[in-house]
Amino acid sequence: MHDLTLAKIAQGLAKGEFSSRELTQHFLERIEKYDSRFNSFITVTGERALTRADAADTQRAAGQAGILSGVPLAYKDIFCTEDIRTSCGSKMLDNFKAPYNATVVEKLELAGTVNLGKTNMDEFAMGSSNETSFYGPVRNPWNTDLVPGGSSGGSAAAVAAGLAPAALGTDTGGSIRQPAAFCGITGLKPTYGRVSRYGMIAYASSLDQGGPMARSAEDCALLLNAMAGHDPRDSTSVSRAVPDYTQSLDAPLKGLKIGLPREYFGDGLDAGVERAVREAIKVYESLGASVIDVSLPHTQHAVPAYYVIAPAEASSNLSRYDGVRFGHRCDDPQDLMDLYKRSRNEAFGEEVKRRILIGTHTLSEGFFDAYYKKAQQVRRLIRQDFLDAFEKVDVLMGPAAPTTAFTLGNTVDPVQMYLQDIYTIAINLAGIPGISVPAGFHEGSPVGLQILGPHFGEAHLLNVAHQYQQATDWHIRQPDLP
Amino acid sequence: MQWETVIGLEVHVQLATQSKIFSGASTAYGAEPNTQACAVDLGLPGVLPVLNENAVAMAVRFGLAIDAEIPEISVFDRKNYFYPDLPKGYQTSQMGQPIVGAGEVEITLEDSSTHTVRIHHAHLEEDAGKSVHENFHSQTGIDLNRAGTPLLEIVSEPDMRSPKEASAYVRALHTLVTYLGISDGNMNEGSMRCDVNVSVRPKGQESFGTRAEVKNVNSFRFIERAIEVEVERQIDLLEDGGTVVQETRLFDPDRDETRSMRTKEEANDYRYFPCPDLLPLMLDQAYVDHQRTLLPELPAEKRQRFIDVLGLSSYDAAVLTATRAMAEYFEQVHTRCSDAKLAANWVQGELSGRLNKENLDITQSPVSAEQLGDLLLRLKDDTINGKAAKQVFAELWSRTFETADEVIEAKGLKQVTDTAAIEAVVDQVIADNPIQVTQYKDAEPDKRGKMIGFFVGQAMKASKGTANPQQVNQLLKQKLDALL
Repeated sequence: MHDLTLAKIAQGLAKGEFSSRELTQHFLERIEKYDSRFNSFITVTGERALTRADAADTQRAAGQAGILSGVPLAYKDIFCTEDIRTSCGSKMLDNFKAPYNATVVEKLELAGTVNLGKTNMDEFAMGSSNETSFYGPVRNPWNTDLVPGGSSGGSAAAVAAGLAPAALGTDTGGSIRQPAAFCGITGLKPTYGRVSRYGMIAYASSLDQGGPMARSAEDCALLLNAMAGHDPRDSTSVSRAVPDYTQSLDAPLKGLKIGLPREYFGDGLDAGVERAVREAIKVYESLGASVIDVSLPHTQHAVPAYYVIAPAEASSNLSRYDGVRFGHRCDDPQDLMDLYKRSRNEAFGEEVKRRILIGTHTLSEGFFDAYYKKAQQVRRLIRQDFLDAFEKVDVLMGPAAPTTAFTLGNTVDPVQMYLQDIYTIAINLAGIPGISVPAGFHEGSPVGLQILGPHFGEAHLLNVAHQYQQATDWHIRQPDLP
Repeated sequence: MQWETVIGLEVHVQLATQSKIFSGASTAYGAEPNTQACAVDLGLPGVLPVLNENAVAMAVRFGLAIDAEIPEISVFDRKNYFYPDLPKGYQTSQMGQPIVGAGEVEITLEDSSTHTVRIHHAHLEEDAGKSVHENFHSQTGIDLNRAGTPLLEIVSEPDMRSPKEASAYVRALHTLVTYLGISDGNMNEGSMRCDVNVSVRPKGQESFGTRAEVKNVNSFRFIERAIEVEVERQIDLLEDGGTVVQETRLFDPDRDETRSMRTKEEANDYRYFPCPDLLPLMLDQAYVDHQRTLLPELPAEKRQRFIDVLGLSSYDAAVLTATRAMAEYFEQVHTRCSDAKLAANWVQGELSGRLNKENLDITQSPVSAEQLGDLLLRLKDDTINGKAAKQVFAELWSRTFETADEVIEAKGLKQVTDTAAIEAVVDQVIADNPIQVTQYKDAEPDKRGKMIGFFVGQAMKASKGTANPQQVNQLLKQKLDALL
């Protein structure tokens, strides 16, 4: 059952080929059996999952099941879940249980899904390798010496290893797409504002967006159907009708205009990754698409602009972790300043501290104009680059990451790590949607093809990805687990 | 040397919304600690702010009332600092693009002179919680009920030159916000809180002196006193050859002094930046125009109408429009009795006197405007005389009766206007007081007018106060003069 796509699982449940309890039991057993190798879960909620599965089976017997009823899922541990710990990969929230569900969790539960547990992640979603988690690194199911990518590395590894049919991730600078690429699964970052951020612990509020990580574009469409939509509790969520994303999956691609941003095929791109991506584009040409060379001239400024804006917002968003009301508190504080300093110093990891310091600095009096304001100007230019490109083409394609998964414990220079997101970060700055789809392997490691579309163009993106997956089988391959 | 005082104020007005500025929790005052703080107010991870539309409407109405520009776009910023009663580690406020632009407030001093105070801008922000030190055995408790209460911070230009002008300005704001119904204006519960920027400069000098910001000035009395002691401190300092340091000071009413809280060097760097959880607030002309239609009659307009239409003196008009409650009370009395001057006299005289004596606000008056208006109607249509009216008022005050008519009936206060009955009383008084009648006859004609008062008094007494005094007076004069 673990080699089935979500769409097939939904069919199987509908036809009574298996029950939700059998399915849930199966995945829980796999987690039990294999996850010590990958460390993809922080919390497994087995008992609750079985109760939910039974409820879904009862509902189905009563003829009231929806398409996602009884389908097991895992949530990145950044989504608040009522009465279940939400740690955000940090010691700071090791003891935190939210008294509410995130809006997307609420929506999925309403659709009848079964929560298997909470997946590992880089601390507060800050990282590209899942090595910054307080709960230890996650290992790539294709090769446990390698990282799964990050920050949604736990979700990516769990889906790749068949420990969950699908999972939720969040993407601030590539945190869905890069781990999806590294683990050989399909991951969609929706348009900023498409999916509610309520109950999703904030890293950089103007960039954060939740999205599905699954085995196929069709699976992502099924999940996005349930996740998307305006939420009165999130002022930045957009009030715009949600189409049925599965409806347009089968539209033919004849006449599709694909833009290849030349900046995404330059120095730093691994030759093996480039080869796989160009192969994938050939498949599209065979499906009737034409390819046009385009330019996104401000691409080189995306990483620096991101590393001003995201840490600035993070430094403010993470101020609430002060040891006063919830989260980690140091022992025997001597006074208020001691309480603040030690609580935060003890519970935040290196990378989180680094970004808080960067953000605090760039927002400081005398630096604000040179950093934050300038970065916002760059952000507008980057957005304009994309708007200009989409005047000429329907979608943009390129690699999701410059390399395949790298060796765990090998990256010591943070800037080198930041460059991992060179092809994904601009998309968050522009607010447009992007999807990473498996496009073959290089030296045994999966390569991700990234497809980008204009704002609220998810339906078309999913259609474009799905057509590729109808013509290839990279997405259904799974690592052999003994 | 002659010194001139320069004052500017930042007034925080708590808006009278039912729920908080960014959450649905109640804003009611005085609840058990932390019972009115939801996940958003507590700053729990993942929750998001949603702007309260009522707070926006109230701010816009204030802006329209002071003739300010309402910008099409305003932006919420985060003011970052750590404090235990600030749950998120930042206060959501408006820094660069506030909701209300420059405007003007007119103030009236005791000598009836008027001045204009320019408003630099007004912006929306959220209040913080409270630190509680009692009953925590050297530890500190946090009450977050107040966290997230909407505030409108009104920032004036440094246009005031004396403590009296400053307090008159705060009074004018108080009147305005209560008229607009955007705040309960309750100073005791912190609904209006002032920070005062004070500096002094040699008279005639154009540039401003270095200012100190005095915090925690929360009553009209303290505003004046805090400025007085701060001005004195600054002048003493300068005359001794010292310099004023730019700093934040705290007014201590018990010790009657201001003392330093923090200097400029110690000041926080608040790292303001636009709040990414809230979109820029867009207000189109149609919205602003609609809010304009919701404005009540403002104090200045009402005052002018009382003078022009009701024929009141400017003094009476000023007193009766000082608060919206006072004006509303007066207008109801006037509606009932249709005599503006009579209503004005009674509201300012008998009613205000009793209220002051018992330390009550007009909203707590035991005599309602309807009751008073009906009472004055009976005075006006001669059912009762002035003396009886005071007696009726006293009965209504002690709530022994529901209406003036009931009192008049029960106490037999109806004025006697029957000429025959009054004549009988008058004849009796003349017959009973032969000595005074002789004195009257013997007196110089111009003294007689005064002497008649004795007979009137006797006649009123005999009628138990119910005789119509004018009729008594007239008859007595007739009868006594006939004896000459």
